Amino acid sequence: MLKFLKILIAVSFITSPVFASSLGLGRTATQDEVAAWNTDIRPDGIGLPVGGGSVIDGEEIFVEKCASCHGDFGEAVDRWPVLAGGDGTLSDDRPVKTVGSYWPYLSTVFDYVGRAMPFGNARSLSNDEVYALVAYILYVNDTVDDEEFILSNENFLSIAQENVDGFYMDDRPQVEYSKFIREACMSNCKETVQITARAAVVDVTPEETAAAATAETAVANAETEDVAALDAELVAAGTKVFKKCKSCHKVGEGAKNGVGPHLNGIFDRAAGSNEGFKYSKAMKAEAEAGLIWDEANLRAFITKPKAMIKKTKMSFPGLKKEADMNAIIEYLKSISQ
Amino acid sequence: MAKDTTRRSFIKAGFAAGAGLAAGQASAAGDPLITETQDWNQQLGFGVDERPYGIPSEFQKHVKRRSVPWLTADPISSINFTPLHELDGIITPNGLCFERHHGGAAEYDPASHRLMINGLVDEELVFTMEDIMRFPRENHVYFLECAANTGMEWRGAQLNGCQFTHGMIHNVMYTGIPLRLILKEAGVKADGKWLLAEGADASGMTRSIPMEKALDDCLVAFKMNGEALRPEQGYPLRLVVPGWEGNMWIKWLRRLEVGDQPWHHREETSKYTDLLEDGNARRFTWVMDAKSVITNPSPQAPITHGPGPTVLTGVAWSGHGTIPQVDVTIDGGKNWHKARISGPSLDKSMHRFYYEFDWDGSELLLQSRAHDSTGYVQPTKDELRAIRGTNSIYHNNGIQTWYVNKEGVAENVEIS
Repeated sequence: MLKFLKILIAVSFITSPVFASSLGLGRTATQDEVAAWNTDIRPDGIGLPVGGGSVIDGEEIFVEKCASCHGDFGEAVDRWPVLAGGDGTLSDDRPVKTVGSYWPYLSTVFDYVGRAMPFGNARSLSNDEVYALVAYILYVNDTVDDEEFILSNENFLSIAQENVDGFYMDDRPQVEYSKFIREACMSNCKETVQITARAAVVDVTPEETAAAATAETAVANAETEDVAALDAELVAAGTKVFKKCKSCHKVGEGAKNGVGPHLNGIFDRAAGSNEGFKYSKAMKAEAEAGLIWDEANLRAFITKPKAMIKKTKMSFPGLKKEADMNAIIEYLKSISQ
Repeated sequence: MAKDTTRRSFIKAGFAAGAGLAAGQASAAGDPLITETQDWNQQLGFGVDERPYGIPSEFQKHVKRRSVPWLTADPISSINFTPLHELDGIITPNGLCFERHHGGAAEYDPASHRLMINGLVDEELVFTMEDIMRFPRENHVYFLECAANTGMEWRGAQLNGCQFTHGMIHNVMYTGIPLRLILKEAGVKADGKWLLAEGADASGMTRSIPMEKALDDCLVAFKMNGEALRPEQGYPLRLVVPGWEGNMWIKWLRRLEVGDQPWHHREETSKYTDLLEDGNARRFTWVMDAKSVITNPSPQAPITHGPGPTVLTGVAWSGHGTIPQVDVTIDGGKNWHKARISGPSLDKSMHRFYYEFDWDGSELLLQSRAHDSTGYVQPTKDELRAIRGTNSIYHNNGIQTWYVNKEGVAENVEIS
């Protein structure tokens, strides 16, 4: 690293004369513009906004917006990232790398949640909500044990991550290159050779079978026939709008429940009737009350989910444009025939 | 051939043909493809403009990117693989370059794109794409390899096909602006030693890059192989970080922040760090070391022609420079032969090698071994595991072995 820094200094001397001239392209960024995008956080706390949130508040937000992928306690669903546990496993045969066991800096959690979460609705959390979520993640990792604990910009730097000293600068030049910059043997290099492992034994390579290809064609054909009765242009537009939905809702042949229930046959179907999906209590109550996903109800729900069903798990904020709404309704009809 | 014929049935058909009458062989009366007039000899083909943006022949439908569904929780934050066994030369066609997104592939109007430079600079600036197009441009061919390429093979042979074992790589010609020219416009301050690059997509991808690299050979690119970047490759603007792990090549590049320290964001702490045996991890393992793979024969591309003249080919690359030499063995490393490199030998670019031999129909254990311009010789997987342990996963550049049986079928194996 020292050598690397020396090079840096040398480079800055070499390049400084080049910096004397410029093309005069671009314009000065306004303060508001820089503030809007410059939200990154560093381990030394630079970038942390003023604010705070408690473990209890964090739990409520987490269950509503994060638990469908990460599990109620950060244990994760399917192959989504595990956020908690794994303490002391880093040198085990199967290490569990979580925020608690592996991440060296808490600032990384704040930065990442703020910029990329929840999946499918990034940059929608307030700073206080992010503080609360980070506090909850600390709690499920046993870094803090008081559920009244409030994490804020004031105490943020006092929280140390367990694995903060678990990383060091790339040492391949010393450890590996010194070994592998070498002469290579060309003939009579070994006497015997044996196969020690075979991929066929593991058998995890994806297969494409003729049956699957035929099924795909059949589905494609079926869809073409069905949508003929609908407004094809609107369905096409709806397919695009559906990009906002498809990270959570699967459709088509063999679609499975994901973060949200699959939507095959959703139109005119009874609410909460998708077998195997863990609906929110609120949705179950609506289902018992006899809610049917007809056009009017779908429109109302998709416009602003939480306005219609306050405690729904669906974190999507809602479709604002009338044109998008018309398109998505036509699309949902098309996948329900 | 029926339209829905898959690669697998194609391979089976190949074997069937090999067992009976080899394709192109004449019967007593001669090959009907020659003695009889075919439809395409007689009827007119399609006219100009029928395919205004050209597409491959319909007989090339098996040539496509493929994914491994069990790898990730969701196809939006996932990866697929370049079909290396179907390609030749050194350039990857744009539509076959593997995809890796963390929040899906953003697609938006370049007129709505902005690039901001902020932080430790004399003047914080905003550029439109129109501004970007007024900088002097350069053209360079570089490989982009994901740090996780061959990661599934770290603990042992797992996937049957070089597309899956080595397909997180592509090699294209970029047209772009040297990053130092863009930084010069803002004026980097003396303590500006690090750069944070940030994407405009829903994952807001960020990576810290040392200023030394930024001022050296990084590009801000808008074209690949002569045409606009594909949406899945960061249209309209991406960062090119030659020889360094693919995750740093921020797509949909919207911001460059100059700072005095690295940011230690998610993809440079939680991900892309190399956990070693003792529970400590290497970080900032940016350079992709010398590596090679035989693309043909390989599990997805068996030998179907039987004994006789056989073409073995593959690709090699190094993040440290060029590849002056590739060695090939067909007996599991007892004896090695210098392969023939054909095509341009460019810095931090893929190289194409060939080894032609007369196959006697016996079993083969195929390996390739790259030498780079620093004198580094590609190690075996066992040599790397002896240093890194079994939990490292990323940056696996060990030698790959294919076992070929007497029928010409190839399998991914490890050998002593």
